[in-house]
Amino acid sequence: MTTIERAHLEVSGLTKRYGGLVAVKEMSLSVAAGTILGLIGPNGSGKSTVMKLIMGIERPDGGSVRINGVEVCGWPSHRIARMGAGIVFQHSRPLHRQTVLENIKLALLPDKLTRLFADPQTDERARAIAARVGLTGVLDRRPGTLPFADLRKIEIAKAIARDPQVLLIDEPFAGLTAKETAAFSDLICELRDDGRAVLLVDHNVKSVSRLVDRIIAMYVGERIAEGSADEVMRNETVRRVYLGGTIETAARPESSFRDAATPFLEVDKVSVHYGKAQALEQVSIHVHEREFVAVVGLNGAGKTTLFNTISGLLPYAGDIRRQGATLRGQSAAAIARGGIVQCPEGRELFTDMTVRENLDLGGQHLPQDESDSQIEWLFELFPILRERQRQAAGTLSGGEQQMLTIARALMMKPKLLMLDEPTLGLAPVILEQISKALERLRQTTPITVLLAEQNVTFALPHADRVYVLEHARVVWEGDPAKFATEGGAGYL
Amino acid sequence: MQIPTARLLLIGLGVVVLASFLPLWASGYVLGLLILAYYFGVFAMAWDLLFGFAGEVNFGPTFLIGVGAYTAGILDNLYQPPIWLCIAAGTAAAITGGLVLALPALRVRGPYFGLTTLVAVLMLQNFIVVDAHLTGGEIGLTVPDVISISDTTNYLIALWFMAISGAILFSLSRSPVGLILQASGQDAVQAGALGFNVTKHKIAAFIISAFFSGLAGSLMVFYLGSASVGTFIDVTVGVQIIISAVLGGRRTILGAVLGAIFLIAMSEALRPLGDLSNFIVFSMALVVVLLYPNGFFGLLTRTREDA
Repeated sequence: MTTIERAHLEVSGLTKRYGGLVAVKEMSLSVAAGTILGLIGPNGSGKSTVMKLIMGIERPDGGSVRINGVEVCGWPSHRIARMGAGIVFQHSRPLHRQTVLENIKLALLPDKLTRLFADPQTDERARAIAARVGLTGVLDRRPGTLPFADLRKIEIAKAIARDPQVLLIDEPFAGLTAKETAAFSDLICELRDDGRAVLLVDHNVKSVSRLVDRIIAMYVGERIAEGSADEVMRNETVRRVYLGGTIETAARPESSFRDAATPFLEVDKVSVHYGKAQALEQVSIHVHEREFVAVVGLNGAGKTTLFNTISGLLPYAGDIRRQGATLRGQSAAAIARGGIVQCPEGRELFTDMTVRENLDLGGQHLPQDESDSQIEWLFELFPILRERQRQAAGTLSGGEQQMLTIARALMMKPKLLMLDEPTLGLAPVILEQISKALERLRQTTPITVLLAEQNVTFALPHADRVYVLEHARVVWEGDPAKFATEGGAGYL
Repeated sequence: MQIPTARLLLIGLGVVVLASFLPLWASGYVLGLLILAYYFGVFAMAWDLLFGFAGEVNFGPTFLIGVGAYTAGILDNLYQPPIWLCIAAGTAAAITGGLVLALPALRVRGPYFGLTTLVAVLMLQNFIVVDAHLTGGEIGLTVPDVISISDTTNYLIALWFMAISGAILFSLSRSPVGLILQASGQDAVQAGALGFNVTKHKIAAFIISAFFSGLAGSLMVFYLGSASVGTFIDVTVGVQIIISAVLGGRRTILGAVLGAIFLIAMSEALRPLGDLSNFIVFSMALVVVLLYPNGFFGLLTRTREDA
């Protein structure tokens, strides 16, 4: 029991619901002083929510959060911060008009309205913190002029300014190069050696395995495994969530498609930057007509960016061709009208409109009778939507909303349908229904599908070909049957 | 690099001292315009503190000003207490108004809060028009007392009031409290996670903004000797205040004064054009906002940086 007594952070029975969706269910964890706990899970598993609940950014519906033995569950975040918790956000949001030094000083200020002049020691302390995280050379620069890694360092500097005993870090290495990652890892280890309790939240075991003492894996709001990095990697449930159990594949060979010479869609050495972070690096993929191609990768790998780029929503270097003709210069609307339709990850339904109205809107450009027959066909594909026709889209369950999103995209009669993470946050039984609908599409229609997924179990049975996207690059391409042996390594 | 606070305040002090000698040669007409511009400058600075720093989009700056001005004016009209008492009461009423305005801001965000501030202005305007026996209604309220009938005295009061308000608001914006306010305005979640009570700081910003708006409004009533919806409350007046602040440079406080003087000087210079003058002034404001979103002050400080 000694570890429990020394635990700086103890969470038990933590629960969070958003409407009918249970985002976090009865979550328990504890982090002892001077140790690092990794909290991993695929996108939508609720790991970031757990972190926000601990920090008081979201209000828990139940459970207990203790920091150094004090119950803080339900407190506002500024009081939890003062109890000794600090958080490093994934996205850096510094004050842009202030220098790096001033940004760090901000974190050192007391929460008082009467303090019109900063303590004389503030400057000294800010400089010491900057030296520790490696920002000394850029103290007088504005954040906007700094490389991405330095912006992350500012976030760390701010978080440790109040000397937190519990440090929560969201996706510590997202967007960093290998060298920067190594430096960042060293820094995190140092912070642990100070005797802090560190919680690292990330997507997979691999990224944090070298740092952590223990790992907890989450899926759909619940804990599915706990143990050392090795134990979690060997865990059956974890393997099933990340890699799928026995995957049956039904790939059609690439040579069977008629347009082998000039594929329907060619993405040729495309690179995209978000400010300073590289989101896509020399990515090349192609999709034949009637082919089902899956792009698998973890959150942040660049899947959504790739889709948005194809849809004409982002500036890029390289070329994207549809049946040999470049798409560059075409507006997003023109690309969609040309038959390349994206089904966004966020669903983006009109939540106040009924199911039927959402579908009618998707079929706006079709003649009335054609629109009606298309809706009829979609109701056969997704029978539940027929029952729900008169219901407001916002009141549907997550799975039903996903079906409606796909159905609405199909109303546009796309030649190429891009599905972005249709399984995000859905229960397995719903996955099966969507899976069946996709299979019917594949068997009975001439539609071409490009599917982005981190759930490999879902993606592989439908795919004719698979690309693995990792850190903005395509790292593997091939037959889904070979994925588990070739591409799957390093995916965990 | 940001220009140090102390140096900017010194430059400002120099300009104000020089401006104090203006009544020696400027006509009463010019002084009258400048007096209005100075009070407008304070309105705009108070608005900038709330929007530029605390991040709260207040589309109805005239709500706070109007509550202050009318409270002071009505009190004087009814009971004729000493003027300073009327001004104090006007300021206190504006602070109360600021607290009332802050309540929706803590519940709703962005455009919705902006809408509540606009509605507050319309409600106040309606109240004044309907309750005519108390407020003078659409004709306006005549205030029996004025602070002084001397242009020079009025000018110096307005100038130094603006200078002191500016110095206080500007120092505040560059103080630790200003930094926390900015952080709360830009990212309330992160500010909270750093241990700052965002609500407390935002309410403080509302109170400070209301204090200066109400005080300036009350003083202006006793300069004009009257109060009317058209000068203190109308939505157009609010828009002019916002344009002044944005023209001068958002999040700079002092820029708001430049914007206010520019706006009033331009309207006056173009007055011969009749109704067209407003159109031209607003078009110019639009061009500045589109091309130089940092405003005059941003432009000034940038050239210094390059030099």
